[in-house]
Amino acid sequence: MTAQSPAPRGEAAPRQLPQLMTTPPILTMRGITRRFGKVTALEDVDATVYPGEVLGIVGESGSGKSTLLRMMNLEDTPDTGTYELDLPGLGGNLFGLDRFERRMLCARNIGIVYQNPHLGLLMRHSSSGNVAERLLIAGERSFKVLRDKAREALDASEFPLERMDARPIELSGGMQQRVQLAKAIALEPALLLLDEPTTGLDVSVQALVLDTLKRLQRDRSITMVIVSHDLGVIHTMADRVMVMRRGRVVEQGLVDQVFQDPQHEYTQQLVHAKL
Amino acid sequence: MTPVLDVEGLSKRFHMYHLDQDLHAFSGISFRLHAGEFLLLRGENGVGKSTLLRTLYRSYLPQAGHIWYQAAEGRIDLATAADVDITLLRRRDIGFVTQFLVARPRVAADEIVAEPLRRAGVAQAEALDEARRWLGEFGVKRDLWRAYPTTFSGGEQQKVNLARALILPQKLLLLDEPTASLDAGARAALVRRLADLKSAGVAMIGVFHHPGDVADLIDREILLTTQRLPDEAGAETQAAPKAAPGDLEHVAV
Repeated sequence: MTAQSPAPRGEAAPRQLPQLMTTPPILTMRGITRRFGKVTALEDVDATVYPGEVLGIVGESGSGKSTLLRMMNLEDTPDTGTYELDLPGLGGNLFGLDRFERRMLCARNIGIVYQNPHLGLLMRHSSSGNVAERLLIAGERSFKVLRDKAREALDASEFPLERMDARPIELSGGMQQRVQLAKAIALEPALLLLDEPTTGLDVSVQALVLDTLKRLQRDRSITMVIVSHDLGVIHTMADRVMVMRRGRVVEQGLVDQVFQDPQHEYTQQLVHAKL
Repeated sequence: MTPVLDVEGLSKRFHMYHLDQDLHAFSGISFRLHAGEFLLLRGENGVGKSTLLRTLYRSYLPQAGHIWYQAAEGRIDLATAADVDITLLRRRDIGFVTQFLVARPRVAADEIVAEPLRRAGVAQAEALDEARRWLGEFGVKRDLWRAYPTTFSGGEQQKVNLARALILPQKLLLLDEPTASLDAGARAALVRRLADLKSAGVAMIGVFHHPGDVADLIDREILLTTQRLPDEAGAETQAAPKAAPGDLEHVAV
């Protein structure tokens, strides 16, 4: 399946390279293509994220947004394309790293929250143990430090500390997401990846999770990439948005611009379909 | 003197795919705006005044023309600038004041107002103090400062919005009917704040339902019309700033 992406007929002039922002992007992906047999999941995708920025990725199911996020978390390798993170001691294409190097790099620099908590948590270990596991991978060995840092991360994620030794399997969906979030931010990652973090949660719990994310973003200026099919979530959270369809980026821009003046036919359909 | 804003031949249309047609908003708009100047946009409903403001703010993408903005680092074309530069300028230099509150739910009024100061690096306590001062200035009652504005009346929400938009002095303010539905006290507070900002060199361009509210501030006016009058042909692309207060430029859109 080859994705078709006709040029939008809004015909706005192409955007220039940054002139005022002198800090380089923290994340740069170029020409990412990933095929599974005859299915093209990602086709020549470029992505850039600047420090402190929140990039939203929207699109219908199967558009490739979660596949792209997994690439950012080095869980998969594309057929072609490069991935660089502007972090101390890192250079070159990260897809060239071996499995161990990827694991260490991600543990220290990238946090991820999955839609399905089973992917991100050991459901029969304690919540604090799940957070501590992340710290252990990164090399922390002192029990006191592990316990203190786990408590701190759970507290920052607004998890009730009296339940920090409860197992995720005993917790509600919203609480499980908070444990995932605590695990993701425990090492103050340079990049936080969120894959549909509120999908499947009750509306009130969704709101609480978004509030926590927004507060973390405001207080810690964490760079985030958030994938969601919910335009409201992206509108609330993101500075910029990338619209994906059939493995391609059909449009990207400032979140207010893309939602108020969408240039591509598919983006217009998406925005008009919003309740 | 270098203008803060130099708009050249700006054109905007919307392509509606479901109708398979273009909706023309305006074309060939040119004007300049200097530091401390206040420019009033006039014209009938639907002529494109708010669309022009949103295009200047880059919520809308223009099809042609330039929006040269004089940043501290140099001149930058807002029409084609990188998104990350626009984000930076919105946080630092360019404000958009509208009658509609765009606030996240479940965030208290004082925190919403304090947000621009927090982003600029002001400490939480100091930012909240300043936010509460401005809420008081715009007539928001003290017992509402910690409440969620989503539960407020339209007028109260607007006051929160104004306090947030005007708390941090910027270089350029785009004002989209900021006085609509305000009571007399809040209107007076707004005009006082705008006058202070103008004295401090902030350039402003705005649409006002009742221009009389800001009559003392207006330096120039641009009248947007849908008809091209023969004697205004030159004004469309060559409108230059005029020094005399109250001067009127006709711009056919």
